[in-house]
Amino acid sequence: MDGDGTKTLSGAERYKAGVLKYKEMGYWVPDYEPKETDVIAVFRITPQDGVDEIEAAAAVAGESSTATWTVVWTDRLTACEKYRAKAYRVDAVPNTEGQYFAYIAYDLDLFEPNSIANLTASIIGNVFGFKPLKALRLEDMRLPTAYVKTFMGPPTGIVVERERLDKFGRPLLGATVKPKLGLSGRNYGRVVYEALKGGLDFTKDDENINSQPFMHWRDRFLYCMEAVNKAQAATGEIKGTYLNVTAATMEDMYERAEFAKELGSCIIMIDLVIGYTAIQSMANWARKNDMILHLHRAGHSTYTRQKSHGVSFRVIAKWMRLAGVDHIHAGTVVGKLEGDPATTKGYYDICREEFNPMRLEHGLFFDQNWASLNKVMPVASGGIHAGQMHQLLDLLGEDVVLQFGGGTIGHPMGIAAGATANRVALEAMILARNEGRDILNEGPDILNDAAKSCSPLRQALDVWKDVTFNYTSTDSPDFVPTPTAAV
Amino acid sequence: MRLTQGTFSFLPDLTDEQISKQVQYCIDNGWAVSLEFTDDPHPRNTYWEMWGHPMFDNPDAAALMYELAECRKVYGDRYIRVVAFDATHGWESLRLSFIVNRPKEEPGFRLARQEMAGRNTRYSTLSYATDKPAGARYA
Repeated sequence: MDGDGTKTLSGAERYKAGVLKYKEMGYWVPDYEPKETDVIAVFRITPQDGVDEIEAAAAVAGESSTATWTVVWTDRLTACEKYRAKAYRVDAVPNTEGQYFAYIAYDLDLFEPNSIANLTASIIGNVFGFKPLKALRLEDMRLPTAYVKTFMGPPTGIVVERERLDKFGRPLLGATVKPKLGLSGRNYGRVVYEALKGGLDFTKDDENINSQPFMHWRDRFLYCMEAVNKAQAATGEIKGTYLNVTAATMEDMYERAEFAKELGSCIIMIDLVIGYTAIQSMANWARKNDMILHLHRAGHSTYTRQKSHGVSFRVIAKWMRLAGVDHIHAGTVVGKLEGDPATTKGYYDICREEFNPMRLEHGLFFDQNWASLNKVMPVASGGIHAGQMHQLLDLLGEDVVLQFGGGTIGHPMGIAAGATANRVALEAMILARNEGRDILNEGPDILNDAAKSCSPLRQALDVWKDVTFNYTSTDSPDFVPTPTAAV
Repeated sequence: MRLTQGTFSFLPDLTDEQISKQVQYCIDNGWAVSLEFTDDPHPRNTYWEMWGHPMFDNPDAAALMYELAECRKVYGDRYIRVVAFDATHGWESLRLSFIVNRPKEEPGFRLARQEMAGRNTRYSTLSYATDKPAGARYA
């Protein structure tokens, strides 16, 4: 091997045929100052034994941009120094042996505008199988304004969704129809009608409801829209149901989306498993057809949950805001699915804020400016119930869809009663919060008071009073806020 | 039926004291509060009639409560709502909207169905109240 591995080589020495260390090839530039237009990624790297962290970081930069395993003379036909990604900072992960955060800057010209597929093919492409690393995780990305502006973003956005639905000042309420699988179209629509009439704003298909032997998709759409319209007339309020158009091909998805439009649905739904390109296509379709686009993050836990390897959900959330979805499931904290409170706050901020300041304690490694891209409504779903309303509102805020599936349909007095219990609990909590009451501490009292004039809420509080899901999160921030020293 | 538009329609009708607290919350957030009324509560009837302009520089809920009392004197047989506008960049829309007055009887809506080709149905939501001309409803 040429070079002693300590400095970047140049000229003839650099391009002599053979194998160099990545850090000698120009992929480690410790004095590099990222440009305002650079895309920056921070990876958690776990080098193999005997591989030093600087070389590992340089290798990640190389393999996710221009490098291959050996020197190629054809580099010299290009402005190769510009196109090389540059690892410029490597920090040990606090309190974790053998893991490092590697910061890598990418020139904007490495990426096709408005293409998540192209971005991800570089950033999470070959590099994730690279042998010198035991594990690799994409923790966060800084997307420059120049790049953000090439994306159309969410077709509707939080504000316009609220205007279309005529619902302000409170979280929206939803429920996923249960059982997930097996109901006929006729029976399925019954659940939708009862839940919407009882007080929910939305019902939802589950991720794996497409077109199965027990229920053809057209049948589901037709019965669901009967239910939506009937509930709308019964309450005088706009209602919706997320019709899942996920299917095997784009042609099938377009056909289903067109039918949903023809029936007057205000919202359709897709699953993350359809892929980034399909998501961007559906976002275009939704924008053209004034449709709210709900994304169920089916499949994400296969690569987001473990801290050592994969992609953090905060990065997926950023990509989805660029790609253009209006709703995304982003965790509940208190429910049955994975979600550390601080990490989840980070996801919610990515969805809803115009500007995210760096907040390591929430897992946000960079300042991120969203350049007026529409906001994504986060969805909290999975094992939540009316008795947690004060915690949910305190943790998740107002611009969120709270989805109580079992917490609506499992109510002892029926689905409509379950829906009413959730709606009354929510409105009572909003009223109290706006009056200046300390809802986190007074929450149970507020709910008990509201239940005096609402027996469905009383029953919900009694049935689910002991239900909690207290397990340790696998994905939590590595940084804790340092208390400022008293002066 | 009970029209459930607005933020607090599932709670018992708010007292004036409760309304005043919500209005003050809006004002304290820097939002301009306003009153709107209608006798056509169709869910797609976006533009209720305005009772004056939004109160952009008003620091006190009492002013809105005074206007509410005046509005009720004239349109007490109709729906009246409080709306709060937030002019902050990135929002620039309503932050809160809740009903503060209802007609004594709420006749609700009829769902009209037109059977189309295939099994498709065209739906229309029709307010029973609007069978009568504007001004003569809820009388």
